[in-house]
Amino acid sequence: MSSREAILASVRANLPKVERPLPVVPHFDSNPPASLIDAFGDMLKRMGGSLLAPGPVDDPLAPVRALLAESRLICSAVPEIAGERDPATVTEPRALADVDHAVVRAAFGVAETGSVLLTDTDLQVNSLAYLAQHLIVLLDPADIVVNLHQAYARPEFREHHYAAFHTGPSATADIEGVLILGAQGVRSLSVLLVPKPPVNRT
Amino acid sequence: MSDSSSERRPENQVVEPQPRGARVHGDRPIDQAEAAERFIAAPLHQKQHDERLWTLRSRRDGEMHAMPEWEEMRALAAAIKEHTLTHLDKYLEMFEANAKANGIQVHWAKDGDEHNRIVQEILERRGAKTLIKSKSMLTEECRFREHMAKVGIEVIETDLGERIQQLDDEDPSHVVVPAVHKLRTDVAKVFAEKLGTDPNDSNIYHLAEAQRQATRPLILNAEAGMTGANFVVAETGTFVVCTNEGNADLSANVPNLHIASIGIEKLIPRLEDLPVFIRMLSRSALGSPITQYTSHFRGPRAGGEMHVVLVDNGRSERLGMEKFWTSLKCIRCGACMNTCPVYRRSGGLSYGATYSGPIGLIIDPTFNARKYSNLPFSSTLNGSCTNVCPVKINIHEQIYAWRQEMVREHETPFVKRAAMKAAGAVLSRPAIYRAAVETGNAAIGSLPRFVIYNGLNAWGKHREVPHAPAETFHQWYKKNRGDKK
Repeated sequence: MSSREAILASVRANLPKVERPLPVVPHFDSNPPASLIDAFGDMLKRMGGSLLAPGPVDDPLAPVRALLAESRLICSAVPEIAGERDPATVTEPRALADVDHAVVRAAFGVAETGSVLLTDTDLQVNSLAYLAQHLIVLLDPADIVVNLHQAYARPEFREHHYAAFHTGPSATADIEGVLILGAQGVRSLSVLLVPKPPVNRT
Repeated sequence: MSDSSSERRPENQVVEPQPRGARVHGDRPIDQAEAAERFIAAPLHQKQHDERLWTLRSRRDGEMHAMPEWEEMRALAAAIKEHTLTHLDKYLEMFEANAKANGIQVHWAKDGDEHNRIVQEILERRGAKTLIKSKSMLTEECRFREHMAKVGIEVIETDLGERIQQLDDEDPSHVVVPAVHKLRTDVAKVFAEKLGTDPNDSNIYHLAEAQRQATRPLILNAEAGMTGANFVVAETGTFVVCTNEGNADLSANVPNLHIASIGIEKLIPRLEDLPVFIRMLSRSALGSPITQYTSHFRGPRAGGEMHVVLVDNGRSERLGMEKFWTSLKCIRCGACMNTCPVYRRSGGLSYGATYSGPIGLIIDPTFNARKYSNLPFSSTLNGSCTNVCPVKINIHEQIYAWRQEMVREHETPFVKRAAMKAAGAVLSRPAIYRAAVETGNAAIGSLPRFVIYNGLNAWGKHREVPHAPAETFHQWYKKNRGDKK
């Protein structure tokens, strides 16, 4: 008997003989915060991230460019921002180890936790969001959901091989509970609310 | 940012040596009380440990109060887990089929040895000699690093706390914060010896940065990556990994080979079940609304290879234990450890087992009933563990049931002796006992009314004597473990 068969047989022989129906899971979203943007920003800040102040109407990306002014190496996965490193040309994940600032767009945000979801499509190369020293995320303010129940009802989790909620930067409190930002991954996470560029419908 | 309390230490300052864990002698019963006495005798360590864990417990309470549906969520989490466990064969097959359809290679391991062999074979087929991994209690169960060291494969832990423990050749003392029993001076000593840092610099920021810099090249050069999984979604073939450091994502996304070791109890049926657990895991563990990273793996990336090893290692047998099967609901948040007065004062290594604290008392004996026969006595049965458990495991009742099983075995005199010693460790020290009472009172003041007065009242219900078991421990042991050596 293969181990697979042995394990399944043992599980079947030991199944508790009790009725346990699968419950319906409510979304618990009948009392949303007055402002999803404010709630998102508050939680992001609490988790060690920062919500960038919006730029002028005629230059909404100015806050990102200000952050990038001193950058040693930018890798941008968004068309709005140019960088020295184009992730489309990267074939080895570790080739992004020297990136100072990465710029990506999130699929959506979650007000409850201050999280942004980054998919393999958004990242182009998954390691980008972890090997860079700093991560800048563009998020369409129209794409903030109330809570994680709403989040998991979205299609991304059925469409992508990889999708990760980022909630602030890499952090640890493993030594005496003292909070360290930049444990292994990015040292900072900044989010700018800026609408997606219009889809090119041809 | 600087931490003024962690300035460079004068050369002549006395540093309290770190108390070490339980003394292990093969299968002989672990004497937790003896190790606890040594931990209590190290006041700086004991105080930091107690206060740190109580802070986590307090933060968890804050999160609970901020979520009106908390109790409803606990009930949902318990119901989803119990449903899954009572249909586990079906959901395992569902996960396997969906994962395979997405390009994941699925392996099955009956025990730790088979798990280690499978991983070794995957690595050898690719010629991989170095493996970076994130923290996994399952791989601790399997003694994975020991096995890999014997076959010449270098394993590098990437979680800061777990790395500290690996470098110090110690097991993790807590399921979420593996080095919580250590002071910064202990870490400085380990890093000085293993990473070449200044032994007198115990600044926590410096220590964390030194580890980042030392680990980075190891991450970049590793030929394979390994993670565990916190949850596994059957309907989509997804496994979910939660970390605060992003180290699981580095382990999974930098090398082209990703192996995930997963206990078969991690299954949940649907995506819509997942938020119930994600919302409660970090709130229960650390008092934060979510871990910094919650990552969903559904298939390999282009050019990459992804393997899942589904591990039983005693779980299917545990499923058949009428009084103890619900311990399989555990999501390893550590809330029961943080709230436990015995755990907080004795340190996780005093249990001499993979799992420590209240959840350890009810899981460890299923691995080795003789070796861990003492552990169920390392509890005040105050029921706080049960009250904070996000999946509603009746932990303190199972601890009591394990005591009954142990007493029915022929080691009653030993067990009684051990119980006396466990109580003695705290009661013989009036100051510690008073501190325990004061902490308890402070806790009562901050607990919501429903926690104190609900049906699970910790200070009342545990005194009820559960029904006598229908079979003796000896009969039970023969039935459940009789085929094991």
